[in-house]
Amino acid sequence: MAGKILRIEDLKTQFFTSRGVVRAVDGVSLHVDEGETVAVVGESGCGKTMTALSILRLVPDPGRIVGGHIWFRDRDVTTMDAEQVREFRGNDVAMIFQDPMTSLNPVTKVGTQIEEAMTAHERFSPRDALERVIPLLQRVRIPAAERRRQDYPHQFSGGMRQRAMIAMGLANEPQLIIADEPTTALDVTVQAQIVTLLKQLNSELGTAIMLITHNMALVASICTRVIVMYAGRVVEEGPVRQIFKSPQHPYTWSLLRSVPRVDEVRRSRLVSITGMPPDLVRMPPGCKFHPRCAFRVDRCSDDEPALDEVGPNQVARCWVLMRNVPQEAARELEAVTISRDVVEELKATAPDLEDVADGS
Amino acid sequence: MALPIPAAPVEEVDWDVPEQVGLWTDVWRRFRRNRLAVAGAVVVVILLADALLAGLLQQIGLIQDPIKQHVEITLAGPSAQHLLGTDYLGRDTLSRLMYGARISLTIGILVQAIYVVIGGTIGMIAGYAGGRVDNLLMRFTDIWYAFPDLLFVLVLVSVFGPSLLSIFAAIGIVNWVNLARLVRGQVLSIKEKEYVESARAVGSSHFKIVLRHLVPNALGPVIVTLTFGIPAAIFLEAALSYLGVGIQPPTPSWGVMIQDGYQAIYASPWQVTFPAFAIAITMLSFSFIGDGLRDALDPRMRQ
Repeated sequence: MAGKILRIEDLKTQFFTSRGVVRAVDGVSLHVDEGETVAVVGESGCGKTMTALSILRLVPDPGRIVGGHIWFRDRDVTTMDAEQVREFRGNDVAMIFQDPMTSLNPVTKVGTQIEEAMTAHERFSPRDALERVIPLLQRVRIPAAERRRQDYPHQFSGGMRQRAMIAMGLANEPQLIIADEPTTALDVTVQAQIVTLLKQLNSELGTAIMLITHNMALVASICTRVIVMYAGRVVEEGPVRQIFKSPQHPYTWSLLRSVPRVDEVRRSRLVSITGMPPDLVRMPPGCKFHPRCAFRVDRCSDDEPALDEVGPNQVARCWVLMRNVPQEAARELEAVTISRDVVEELKATAPDLEDVADGS
Repeated sequence: MALPIPAAPVEEVDWDVPEQVGLWTDVWRRFRRNRLAVAGAVVVVILLADALLAGLLQQIGLIQDPIKQHVEITLAGPSAQHLLGTDYLGRDTLSRLMYGARISLTIGILVQAIYVVIGGTIGMIAGYAGGRVDNLLMRFTDIWYAFPDLLFVLVLVSVFGPSLLSIFAAIGIVNWVNLARLVRGQVLSIKEKEYVESARAVGSSHFKIVLRHLVPNALGPVIVTLTFGIPAAIFLEAALSYLGVGIQPPTPSWGVMIQDGYQAIYASPWQVTFPAFAIAITMLSFSFIGDGLRDALDPRMRQ
C-alpha cells in the first residue's frame, strides 16, 4: 500500500454559539492514501463537510479547530500560519463544492477563472496559465474548449460548470481533491458523467480523491474505501466491498438498507432510520447512535465503544456488531422498528384521519 | 450494489455555441434601449466636448474671450455680437458659460474619484475584514456622516483657502460616506458567495479575491451611485461659488455666474437664467444616465 498523504488525528472542530458549544467534529481520526479514492458518508449534519473544511482551514465563524492534528505528509495543517495555509490550499489539496451554479464568479469568463487558480501560487506565469487552460478544459471533457473558455458561467450547463470547477481544482495538480457532494445539485445522467470523470482523473493523474457524499451508489462506483461518520466521529471504516457485504455498525447497516437498489427485487419497503442525528450541543451518553439503534444492549447507553478491528482492514465503533445479530433477528428487529414507527405515526395522526373519514 | 454508470460522452463535439454576449455588451445593449438615458449621454458628450474644446473655439474666433470686459455693453440681452448677452462687466455670457462647463464637469467627475479612493477603500476593508475592523471603520463613518455637508465643506474651504483644488478636496472629504456604506454592504453579501469560498479553497490571496471577485461584482451599484454623485457635486460647487467661497473671479464657473447674474436680476434676468439652465440640463442628463445604468446593470434584467 502506498504512503499516507493525509492523516487526521483526533480532530475536534467546534462552533461557539449562543446555544452552547456545537461539537461538529468530535475526535475524528482518518487517513487518505496516495492515489486512493475514499468516501466519507453519513447523514446531513454528522460532520463530513466540517471535517473537509477543517482540512483546508476554511471553518467558518464562529467555528474553530480546537484539538487534534491534520498531517499532510509531514506538515501539520493545524499549526500553519495564514500564508502557509494559502500556499497549501489548491497546491496540495483542492476542494470542489456542492453547487456548481454558485461556485463560479458570474462576471468573469470561465477560462479566466481557471487561469486565476493557476497563477494563485505563482507556479505558473500568466502566459503558461493561458496555455494550460485548454488542455485542462479538455481533460475535464469540456467540448469545444477553445471557444468555451471565452464563455461566462451562465452560458454553461450545470454539468459543465461542475467540470469547470473540477478543472479549477486540478489547476495546480494537487495530490488530493476533496469533492464535497459534487453531484448533489446535478441530475442523474450528469451525475454519472461527473463520477466517471472523477474516476478517470484519479486513474490518469493519480490524484487521491476524498468523496463526501450520502449517495451510496456513488461510493460503490468509484471508491475503494469508505469511512462512515456519525455525530462528528468515525463509526465504521473499511474497504467498500467488505462494508457493503457485511457492515458491522448498525448505522452503516441501516444506511445501506435505506438505499433503493435497481439490481434487486425488493419485497419489503425501504427502511428509513428512525429519528434524527443527535443534537451536537447535547449529545447522548454512551454510543451516540444508541437512541436510534434497533440492536442496542444495556451497555450502549453508558459506555462509548472504541473503534475496534472487526475484520481485515475494517474497524467499527460498536458493542454489538452486526455479525453477532442473526440474519433472521435483524430482519425481525427491522420489522419491529418499522411497525413501531408506523404505529406511532398512525397514533399521532389518527384523529385527523378519522375526521377526514367522517367528513367524506 | 453498483449502479451501471453510462459512459460519459467525451468526444469533441462541435457544438453550436450561441453568440458570445459579454457582460458589458449586454449592459450597453440594454442601456441603449432607454431613450432618456441615451439623450442624457448625448448631452454629456456635447458638454465634455465643449469643456475640452472651449480654448480651441476661442482661438479660431467662434467664441469670445470670457474675461475681456466690454464696458460699453454691460448687462445686454442676446444679440448677434453676444449670442447670450453680456454680464455686469460686459463679458460674453456664451463664452463664460462654455468655459464654466470645464469647472463644473471637472469637479463633478474628479470628486467621484476621491469618493472611490476614500469611500471605496474604507467600505471594502470594513466589509471584507469584518469584525472589529468593520465596527471601528463604520462608527468612524457614522460620525463623519453626522456633520452637515454644506457647513463642513464651507469650513474646509475656508481653512484651505478658495481654489479649485481645495474645492475638490473639501467635497471629496465630506461626501465619501455614502459610497463607503454602499461598498461595505455589497462586499458583505458578495464575500459569502460560494465563488469566493472556492477561490479561497484554491489558495487565492486576499488581494486577488478583492480584485477579481469583490470589485467586479460590486461595480454595478457603485457606477450608478457615482453617476448620481456627479450632479450632486456640480450643485455643491455652484452653491459654494454662489456663496463666494468657491471659484474666485474672474474664472468663470456656473455658480459664480449665477451669483453675478443674481445681483442684476431686475436689470437683466438673462444673466441668471442661462447658467441656471446649464446646471439644470447637466444635472438632469447625469440623472437620466444614472437611471439608465441602474436598469442596465441590474443582474436580474440580464437576458
